Amino acid sequence: MADDKDVLRDVWFGRIPACFTLSPEETTEREAEPYYLLLPRVSYLTLVTDKVKKHFLRVMKAEDSTEMWFEYEGTPLKWHYPIGVLFDLHASNTALPWNVTVHFKNFPEHDLLHCTSNSVIEAHFMSCIKEADALKHKGQVINDMQKKDHKQLWMGLQNDKFDQFWAMNRKLMEYPTDEGGFRYIPFRMYQTMGERPFIQKLFRPVSPEGHTLTLGDLLKELFPAAICAEDEPKRFQVMIHGIEPLLETPIQWLSEHLSHPDNFLHISIIPAPSD
Amino acid sequence: MPSSLLWAVDVYGRVYSLSTAGQQWEHCRDAHLEFKRVTAVQQCCWSIACDHNIYLYVHASEVPIRYQEETYENQRWNPVDGFSDRLLPSDRWQWSDITGLKHQPLGDFQLPSENWEWEADWYIDENFGGEPTEKGGWTYAIDFPATYTKDKKWNSCVRRRRWIRYRRYKAQDTWVKIPSEQTESLPDPFNDITCGGWEITEEPRGCLALWAVSLQGKVWFRCDINHHNPEGSVWEEVPVPGEVVQISCGPGDLVWAVLWEGHLLVREGVGRDCLKGSSWVTVESPSPGVGVVHVAVGVNVVWAVTKDHKVWFRRGVNSHNPCGSGWIGMVGEMVMINVGLSDQVWAIGFEDRAVYFRQGVTASELSGKAWKVVSVPRDSERSHSSASASSLQSAGCFFGGEVRLQSQASMLSDADAETERAGGEVVPTPEIGDAPKPRIPKVTSDKLEDRASPAQVLSPSQSGGVDPQWSNVDLEEAQTHLTSGPGGDAAETSSLSSVATYNLALEEPYGLDEPPKWAWVSGGGCLVECHTQLNWFNSSTSTALNSSMQAMSLSITPAQTAAWRKQIFEQLSERSKREMENFMHYEQAIEQSVWVKKGTMQWWRDWKPHKWVDVQFALEQFSGVEGNKDGILFIYYTFNDEKKYLHMFINEVTILVPVLNDSKHTFAIYTAERTKQRWPMRLAAATELEMHDWLALLSVSCCDSRGIQGPPSKQAIWSVTCKGDIFVSEPTKELEASPYPTPCAQISLGVVWGIGYDHTAWVHTGGYGGGFFQGLASSTDNIYTQTDVKSVYIYENQRWNPVTGYTNRGLPTDRYMWSNASGLKECTKNNTKPPSPNWTWVSDWTIDYAVPGGTDREGWQYAADFPASYHGNKTLKDFVRRRRWARKCKLTTTGPWQEVPPIPLSDITILPLRAKGSVSAQNPAGDCWYHIPSPTGQKLKQVSVGRTSVYTVDENGNLWYRHGVTPSYPQGSSWEHISNNVRKVSVGPLDQVWVIADKVQGSHSLSCGTVCRRLGVLPMEPKGHSWDYGIGGGWDHITVRGNAMEAPRIVMPSLTDNQTATRPLQTSNQPEMNGNPVGC
Repeated sequence: MADDKDVLRDVWFGRIPACFTLSPEETTEREAEPYYLLLPRVSYLTLVTDKVKKHFLRVMKAEDSTEMWFEYEGTPLKWHYPIGVLFDLHASNTALPWNVTVHFKNFPEHDLLHCTSNSVIEAHFMSCIKEADALKHKGQVINDMQKKDHKQLWMGLQNDKFDQFWAMNRKLMEYPTDEGGFRYIPFRMYQTMGERPFIQKLFRPVSPEGHTLTLGDLLKELFPAAICAEDEPKRFQVMIHGIEPLLETPIQWLSEHLSHPDNFLHISIIPAPSD
Repeated sequence: MPSSLLWAVDVYGRVYSLSTAGQQWEHCRDAHLEFKRVTAVQQCCWSIACDHNIYLYVHASEVPIRYQEETYENQRWNPVDGFSDRLLPSDRWQWSDITGLKHQPLGDFQLPSENWEWEADWYIDENFGGEPTEKGGWTYAIDFPATYTKDKKWNSCVRRRRWIRYRRYKAQDTWVKIPSEQTESLPDPFNDITCGGWEITEEPRGCLALWAVSLQGKVWFRCDINHHNPEGSVWEEVPVPGEVVQISCGPGDLVWAVLWEGHLLVREGVGRDCLKGSSWVTVESPSPGVGVVHVAVGVNVVWAVTKDHKVWFRRGVNSHNPCGSGWIGMVGEMVMINVGLSDQVWAIGFEDRAVYFRQGVTASELSGKAWKVVSVPRDSERSHSSASASSLQSAGCFFGGEVRLQSQASMLSDADAETERAGGEVVPTPEIGDAPKPRIPKVTSDKLEDRASPAQVLSPSQSGGVDPQWSNVDLEEAQTHLTSGPGGDAAETSSLSSVATYNLALEEPYGLDEPPKWAWVSGGGCLVECHTQLNWFNSSTSTALNSSMQAMSLSITPAQTAAWRKQIFEQLSERSKREMENFMHYEQAIEQSVWVKKGTMQWWRDWKPHKWVDVQFALEQFSGVEGNKDGILFIYYTFNDEKKYLHMFINEVTILVPVLNDSKHTFAIYTAERTKQRWPMRLAAATELEMHDWLALLSVSCCDSRGIQGPPSKQAIWSVTCKGDIFVSEPTKELEASPYPTPCAQISLGVVWGIGYDHTAWVHTGGYGGGFFQGLASSTDNIYTQTDVKSVYIYENQRWNPVTGYTNRGLPTDRYMWSNASGLKECTKNNTKPPSPNWTWVSDWTIDYAVPGGTDREGWQYAADFPASYHGNKTLKDFVRRRRWARKCKLTTTGPWQEVPPIPLSDITILPLRAKGSVSAQNPAGDCWYHIPSPTGQKLKQVSVGRTSVYTVDENGNLWYRHGVTPSYPQGSSWEHISNNVRKVSVGPLDQVWVIADKVQGSHSLSCGTVCRRLGVLPMEPKGHSWDYGIGGGWDHITVRGNAMEAPRIVMPSLTDNQTATRPLQTSNQPEMNGNPVGC
């Protein structure tokens, strides 16, 4: 029987094979070869695609080398969602590698945030962690950390250092024993079709009666359509890190083990494949 | 690390030990008894057996425990018999101890217990004070008591000799009963025992504190346990303000006890002179209404278990505050807990009765990280005898004892059974009010039981509504008879550990193929270093309860086997296969290029007592995402036998600087935080070469991590250390100016000039590197060979005395006869070395006649005493003289410097001060000089000119500001004294004022050569108002001439803000300057 630590490792070291192709709209001096890369599921697109940028800039005219952005089948990919979430949401159940189109022109101002440097990603990442800790511990743990501890979290993610990251993140995952879990579970629930980017609500890991709440309880409250009766055909897939946990999985355990480095549990709800 | 032992008692009272090197529990075979409790230390293990007696198990060691008994035979001379045993009535006994006060005939010596044996018979000690005596070993004296000599003299009226006999402790590696004749006064048998205190005192050797609790709740202390007396001598009662049920004593001076009501007692006053302590203080139970049932203490920790099996950690416990400050609830449900060496924690789980180890307990994280189950099998010896047991099992009759068959049941059904059992266990037994679920031989219930009649002993199982197990209890007892001999013992076993019997009753059906059920554990002798991997945890024999990294995962016993968890594991591995297996040839998005350089070094420990400790030093460098390199420095050290480390991010390092130290090759690393604390990380390398290697490497990685390449920019701040290393600091775009080190010197309008000791001017070529940077991948363009020559001076000192005149025999209080100028350091011709290995001697020692003050023809200078002012001719009042020896050394190194043909530039700043009119980039030579009078009576040494302000430093270290300097009237009008104890000043083009100051309060003393910056310098207020103290120690020169950043943006890494006035630097003699003529 495997160890829970293995779950953390599996989550951290999850990789998505991606094939980056330059958009045909881009004008190039010569033909651009596609670029293949293994993307860490828990990282951010703009954080790990320096090589992609270098690769394509070689064939671009210098004056066109503006901000790079990505698109998958017509959908601009939001860099501030973790890569794994983008993949689960838009491309799960498709053939691998994941075909991502690279753009330099026509930045979709309405859909994407600008990402001029890694410090923008860092700021976004740290603000997520802080928000998550505000939900979990009223922000006490993250505020007690020193600046260099924050840095350690970020550097851990940036340099793909599991141990470095978890040495610090461990503190964010603690909770008082008598409460049976965090104050609230930091989670975000994504849908492809939703009018809102994601659902986020206050949700406690334990019911007022003291019962451990599960993923099913969370869905029942926020997205009842995802729960189907025995005889019905499945309409939705509830994906976390590319897997579909059982509905009876305690939400606290999920939060501890299947959260992204930003300390949020990112849940993607996608229509079940018809076949 | 030698292996050490963890001791434990299972619910059947069998004692096992587990070696840190081993992988199975070894049954303590020669014990024919069942035990209730054990308490182990490294050299022995104490226990309470079920016969109420205390037993001791002393490990055999190479050094036998032997004790020398001695007695003296005394005789007096009388004219008739000569020396005879007929003594005067006022005399001592014929046989006595050394003082003569105690009657000690040979026959009175008894072995202290049957565990001792005589090595041989009595014999006479024929040595006296280390020398052999005349035959018979007699020593003589005039009378008792007196000084004895080995020679017989005419007036020797008495004599004595010493008899010696050795006894040896024979009972090693076996359980021996501690004789109880002295415990007759005890009204009741012992119920708990704890051993510790070995860190309190080293005298006598092996001194231990042993505490015990009796069934009636009294506390007893065993006196005089030490290496020569492993059994101790006598029990002394320690009064307690209540009924104690359990006690725990740490390696140091912590002693805590649990009261029957559930509160805790803390012993105060335990110390070297009083192992027993003096008084008790009460500490409340961590959760109101739920009393403590068990406590365990270490050196700096206290752990407790409450009746609801919750585990608690006491914050802030140390020997000054034995009570600690507060409780912290921990995860896990335990029935007992034990603290071993290095505050490592062991416990027995409530659910599974397994032995748990607290993982990750370190000196900085005493509460550890997670519980890890110790899952190793027991030795198989006993299973040979249990053939009948297995046959019984096959007949469907589950039965205690070892079952040899591997469990055929699947894991799942095991787990189900366990769940069932867990369900069954929560049935409360109301009859035992205070302990609804007694799982161990808990003292509270024991006591209740004992007061009841033995016949009612098994009542818990009856009353618990688990009647069907009755027969199993019988069976178990029957088996105990088989294996442990006399039935009476077994009966007593069950009566004494009645609760354990209750357990047996419940747990019998699961057989012993399951993990053993433990009742007691003691890690007091078990040394686990936090970085060593014990092989106790990975054993495949464990059931679902496996190790778990995270603290929160302990409580998931049922969860571990739950379907959802299994499914997550399966899906995750499926996912990894699906998404990665066929794509492993793809490039990874994040490069993991890491390289590490390791070495050994010494580190000046950050905490008291400060000392140099050996450390492993490692620099781990990796490429960051944007191609910039970054690194982490690790310092691995050992503290309290635990391996630990410090780390420091290279991008936080602000300064690397070699530190002058005579005996070690040391350097210091600063970060902003450490500058603030005035406490750099100090390290010493084994050789100078090694130190330079490291400095160069660290320096390059600092530059790498900041993306700094090539020559320093025009804005850099330059400084020179006492050793002549040149550092340059580049204000970065961030708010903080982060001085970073690279070698170089002195700037003026974008051209950098340096002046060597031989007054040659060097010009910076815009290259970078050289010196100890040789061989590194830095820019090697513009690196030229540099040479420099300077003289090293030492002083020969002599004192006059009336007999021999001037000689090299000084007074004891005098300076060394060969010394440096101050006389504080011994400098002989032989031991004086060139300033660094890069310098080589180019001449021999010669007497230096060109000493300020003049010399006589032999080079001597005379004075009334050291230290004083010397003059060149001898007078009547002169009692000491000295002369200076000089030796030239030459530096050949490489650097980005080019020699400038000799120009009359050197020492333009020498007194008397002249203002150089209209110096400009176009006309660097200036065109005329004005003479400006110095401040009264002070010889100026250095001057620095900013855009509008002029500062000078005089020979006494005073800093002066020139008033009234304007572009049209550059001479200025008057001097104002700003500060003293200033060594060097540099004024930047924006009138920033930076100085090197002496006698600044450092981290632990006044430090010399601290970089300070003037605060509050504004266009209208060019003097500023106060100093900001920066990095301390060892700086000799600084220049900020090129630093043209806006003044408010330059913030030193260490701001001691808002010092309202100039910190009064104490006046004193400026130490003799080393004549560095660099100036600007």
